[in-house]
Amino acid sequence: MALIETDQLEKKYEVGDSIVFALDKVSLQISSGEFVAVMGPSGSGKSTFMNVIGCLDEPTAGRYLLDGIDVSQMNRDALAEIRNEKIGFVFQGFNLLSRTTALENVEVPLLYSKHIPKDRKDKAREALKLLGLEGRQHHNPNQLSGGQQQRVAIARALVNNAPLLLADEPTGNLDTKTSIEIMELFVRLNEEKHITIVLVTHEPDISIFSKRIIRFLDGKIISDQENKP
Amino acid sequence: MINLPSTIKISLRALRVNKMRSALTMLGIIIGVGAVITMLAVGKGASNKISEQIATVGSNLIMVMPGSTTTSGIRLGSGSFQNLTRSDAEAIKNECSSVATTAPVINGSAQIVYGNQNWASIVYGTDENMLEVRDWTLASGRNFYEQDIRSATKVCILGQTVVDNLFGNDDPMNKTIRIKKIPYSVIGVLASKGQSMMGQDQDDVIYVPISSAQRNLFGRFLPGTVRQIMVKAKSAEELERAETQIKELLRQRHRIGPNQEDDFTVRNLTQMMQMAEEASRVMSLLLAAIASVSLLVGGIGIMNIMLVSVTERTREIGIRMAVGAKSWDIRTQFIIEALILSLIGGLIGVILGIVAAELLSIFAEWTILISTFSILMSFGFSGLVGIFFGFYPAYKASLMNPIDALRHE
Repeated sequence: MALIETDQLEKKYEVGDSIVFALDKVSLQISSGEFVAVMGPSGSGKSTFMNVIGCLDEPTAGRYLLDGIDVSQMNRDALAEIRNEKIGFVFQGFNLLSRTTALENVEVPLLYSKHIPKDRKDKAREALKLLGLEGRQHHNPNQLSGGQQQRVAIARALVNNAPLLLADEPTGNLDTKTSIEIMELFVRLNEEKHITIVLVTHEPDISIFSKRIIRFLDGKIISDQENKP
Repeated sequence: MINLPSTIKISLRALRVNKMRSALTMLGIIIGVGAVITMLAVGKGASNKISEQIATVGSNLIMVMPGSTTTSGIRLGSGSFQNLTRSDAEAIKNECSSVATTAPVINGSAQIVYGNQNWASIVYGTDENMLEVRDWTLASGRNFYEQDIRSATKVCILGQTVVDNLFGNDDPMNKTIRIKKIPYSVIGVLASKGQSMMGQDQDDVIYVPISSAQRNLFGRFLPGTVRQIMVKAKSAEELERAETQIKELLRQRHRIGPNQEDDFTVRNLTQMMQMAEEASRVMSLLLAAIASVSLLVGGIGIMNIMLVSVTERTREIGIRMAVGAKSWDIRTQFIIEALILSLIGGLIGVILGIVAAELLSIFAEWTILISTFSILMSFGFSGLVGIFFGFYPAYKASLMNPIDALRHE
């Protein structure tokens, strides 16, 4: 079953007199359990695509079904709820709350769920343990290395058991060795936990970890193929 | 639904990060709340003091005096007409339903002698109802008997000042003093009342039976006439009705036609003093209003800092929104932060206000009264200020676009 299904998805910006299509009639399907890399040069629309399927941005036209739910016409608060339940984000800049411990950072999505779980500390601890950070629970982000920070962010993305993990240049701020560690982590999560991963990157070295590569240019998909090692 | 304890924790942490800034913001509220509490305490103290003084004059008091008279074209002042009588006083007491009791008065100043001491004071000729009318108790001795009034006994009741000046440390009871050279026996000493509102010494008095005063001391008053009648109404609510009843009764008794003016004046003492009390109450409210302006300014300080805080934490807001915070969650977080600022400030302000008021009462010797109501009110008001001025920054935060907020540097 398709976890992500877009139909003629369109996002346009009006810049002065001209209209720029950041997304130009994008139709695609991503099934549950896939590991997709979205590639393209800057300005190709891959980030906009990411924001729209991440429910951070609304399309100007077209339909978007996430897990069978049409989210293209939802309001802000409904989208926030969808993000909370269905999507985990991993960003290039980690985006952890400063002056907040790793454990509390991981706990944040649980605080905004419809039913705040009583055992949220345990859940957060479990997620950190899964990423090998059990000894770092009470460290603040500035006491952690880049790789560790990114793993805290991944733990935060996983803590709500969201089926979809969106990673926007997750290795952009990391060195090569750590990048590979993080990517191997994604592969493991995809294979062992069957989490669907959509990864935006412009580095070919990173995209090789995925199973399918979609290339964007000028808001259109120019290629969509399986990644054969 | 947002989790309250963790939101409070988040807010406290955010406030701790900028200790100096939070403290200065709170200072606005602290000063505001402190000022309101101090002003209310001082104002309440003042109006309370006035109430106490009203009580020393006697509560629910009405004074009836003769009107003015004209002698060969010269108009004499009020009280110059000797047309009020003791039977008028009796009639008022018996026929006016709103009147509790009355006391007739003739008075004049006289030199009093005891042993080798002498002292000038005001001598009041009155009857046994005087003490009740003026809510006055005796420190020692007894009140007049009805018989003393009827048979013009030469007995007197002294005020504390007179006792101090004539007797020093001696016991005045049953001693004989001379008023205008006439010997009077002391049968009672009044409890001290202190100064009146006008600054008069209320204890500088001597009471003697009215009959005896007329016969022996103040012969210029015709027998039976009085200089004033003091009336005590049954209650504060019945003061006005009593006043009307007295006027009607006296007009009838003095046979005054429908178009003629009263030949007497009725003064409602208590009402006058209630007006003074009201004035001081308005004054204290005014003071509190001025003080609450500073509370408002403190609120603006909160708003200012919250706006800065929202801008500084744009990225945090973006992160929270990305992981599922709704507008309401963000709004609540910032309102709670403003509320915490203002409530902590309010709490410190309450303590400081109480301390300041106490210091005023100790060093400046002002009468103060700190009421629970004023504490609760100013504390509650500080909370309202927090919510009111925190709302706009919080609302602004909740409207942020998560994508832009995440990209914010």
